Amino acid sequence: MLSKYEKELIASIWERLTPVAKDIGSEALSRMFATFPGTKTYFSHLDISLRSPHLLAHGKKIVLALVEGSKDISSLTTTLAPLQTLHAYQLRIDPTNFKLFSHCMLVTLACNMGDRFTPVAHAAMDKYLSAFAAVLAEKYR
Amino acid sequence: MVEWTAEERSIISEIFSKLDYDDVGPKCLSRCLIVYPWTQRYFGGFGNLYNAEAILSNPMIAAHGITVLHGLDRALNNMDDIKNTYTQLSELHSEKLHVDPTNFTLLADCLTIVIAAKMGTNFTPDMQAAWQKFLSVVVSALGRQYH
Repeated sequence: MLSKYEKELIASIWERLTPVAKDIGSEALSRMFATFPGTKTYFSHLDISLRSPHLLAHGKKIVLALVEGSKDISSLTTTLAPLQTLHAYQLRIDPTNFKLFSHCMLVTLACNMGDRFTPVAHAAMDKYLSAFAAVLAEKYR
Repeated sequence: MVEWTAEERSIISEIFSKLDYDDVGPKCLSRCLIVYPWTQRYFGGFGNLYNAEAILSNPMIAAHGITVLHGLDRALNNMDDIKNTYTQLSELHSEKLHVDPTNFTLLADCLTIVIAAKMGTNFTPDMQAAWQKFLSVVVSALGRQYH
């Protein structure tokens, strides 16, 4: 459950990060590949070395989707409909991995925001990422 | 037995050498209680946990956070046998405190995030990997005496 305050906080954080989407996104992915090596199995078709062009592009895509979703959190299902289909029928990433990525995104935000990543911001962001992941997995079965 | 590379040992030592227990301990525990409010179920006798501000300024929580963080010291000093290092603490958490072992990972994740916020981008992906490996071994050891 996200309060009005939390929704605004989440939207403002993602808005501020939009210019550095590729940096935030690729960093979160790198953290995930290092900490949870099993996640690399979904990327055998890409060069996922640190800050590779593939990784920067992919990281950017992911963050821009998070930005978009944050603009109207109550309409996540509508906003993410195309991505739901993509993940369910094409990518078929096991949803456990969404949790792993979300955790690494939180770590990335902590590293980049320092003290500004307060416990309240952390809680709100964790809830948002969980909701996002749940919507993404809706069409799986 | 868990295998540690020289690099992993060095990363773990480095993180601990810079660790300000009096700052990180309270931050870690209070963050866990705020981000995962259901963990408050274990802290009935700790006074006012009504909202984030109350939790962050609660001296009992702060003191306990420091105690819990020091619990990691024995793992640091026994990296080649973390499994057996936590036998008594595992029994305590299971038999006396009745803590769901899932909570150990929640606290570990909050600790990682507090350290990340302090170290900034110096907390590289490789450091995070080694650190999380260390914590997962501790978490696993703490869960061993549950049955």
